[in-house]
Amino acid sequence: MTNSSIVLRESRYHHIKAMLARLRLDSSARLVVLVDKDGQQIAVHGELGNLDTTSLASLAAGNVAATGGMAKLIGENEFPTLSHEGEKESIHISVIGRVLLLVVFDDRSSLGLVKLRSKQISHELAKTFTEIEEESASGAGGPLPFNGITDEEIDSLFSPA
Amino acid sequence: MTFINYASREINCKIVYYGPGLCGKTTNLQYIYDSTAPQAKGKLISLATEADRTLFFDFMPLELGTVRGFKTRFHLYTVPGQVFYEASRKLILKGVDGVVFVADSQEERMDANIESLYNLEENLRAYGYELMKLPYVLQLNKRDLPNVIGSQDLTHELQRKGEPVIEAVASTGAGVFDTLKAVAKQVLTELRKS
Repeated sequence: MTNSSIVLRESRYHHIKAMLARLRLDSSARLVVLVDKDGQQIAVHGELGNLDTTSLASLAAGNVAATGGMAKLIGENEFPTLSHEGEKESIHISVIGRVLLLVVFDDRSSLGLVKLRSKQISHELAKTFTEIEEESASGAGGPLPFNGITDEEIDSLFSPA
Repeated sequence: MTFINYASREINCKIVYYGPGLCGKTTNLQYIYDSTAPQAKGKLISLATEADRTLFFDFMPLELGTVRGFKTRFHLYTVPGQVFYEASRKLILKGVDGVVFVADSQEERMDANIESLYNLEENLRAYGYELMKLPYVLQLNKRDLPNVIGSQDLTHELQRKGEPVIEAVASTGAGVFDTLKAVAKQVLTELRKS
């Protein structure tokens, strides 16, 4: 593998979900999504409706990667926040270490409030993710589910049901 | 970077299709998308120019099935092949778990293949990855065209490390799933070592 896997254990996941729920409430947002910088969705909380959050996660990561590239061209390390304001719905993205915090909001909230609440939670999220990375790297929590997987098990994924 | 979520019982891996402009990377993804049952896939996102050339990337999530109670999901990406999109091409490789190099078998595209392969190795190194250590498949695409180089000669020129070489005609689907399977198996085999 290119580098060690990120392993999100259940207790961490529930802690993250609780943080997202708090942020959503405090910022009166429609939806809060946490995304890995590589485009993987980590957790989501809020009014999902028919929203395709998998695509949203990959596009957000692409968006941050592209603007990060632009930042480097002009001598900045990265742009830590991005905002996209639409007629009814808007998106605010905060870059927090290796994760991205996406807040989708409408006229029940405001950009200022979302920015403030996102910033307030970013320290706690950063700390949690540093711990998750350390746990993942050290193998704390026991062997991974694919440890010792057999060729037959892998092949079974490619056999017609 | 494989992402393992115990709460949702999911394993997510990232596979990137790389290669020179017009070699058929998007066509690979389009075929996979068209041939996969709706419940196993998400949307196919294409960030393309008005002329349908990939501008940033194509993306589709694909669920292969369940192993040991975990859903295995592959996120398939393509890069823009045109030389001048170098900056965005490099961004897509970040966090990659496996790479498919789609080579254009036509004689006149040989230089473009070599340049793109060199560019892949260079861009991987920029992230600290080594092609030699990464799950990797070489696809020889467009085998149906009249002016193709023999597959042995192409393999001799482009194969880097004894990786699987698969002949394909992505527009008809020939070799497309064999390619995906070959790279996905390597990615999962890598997980065994973790």
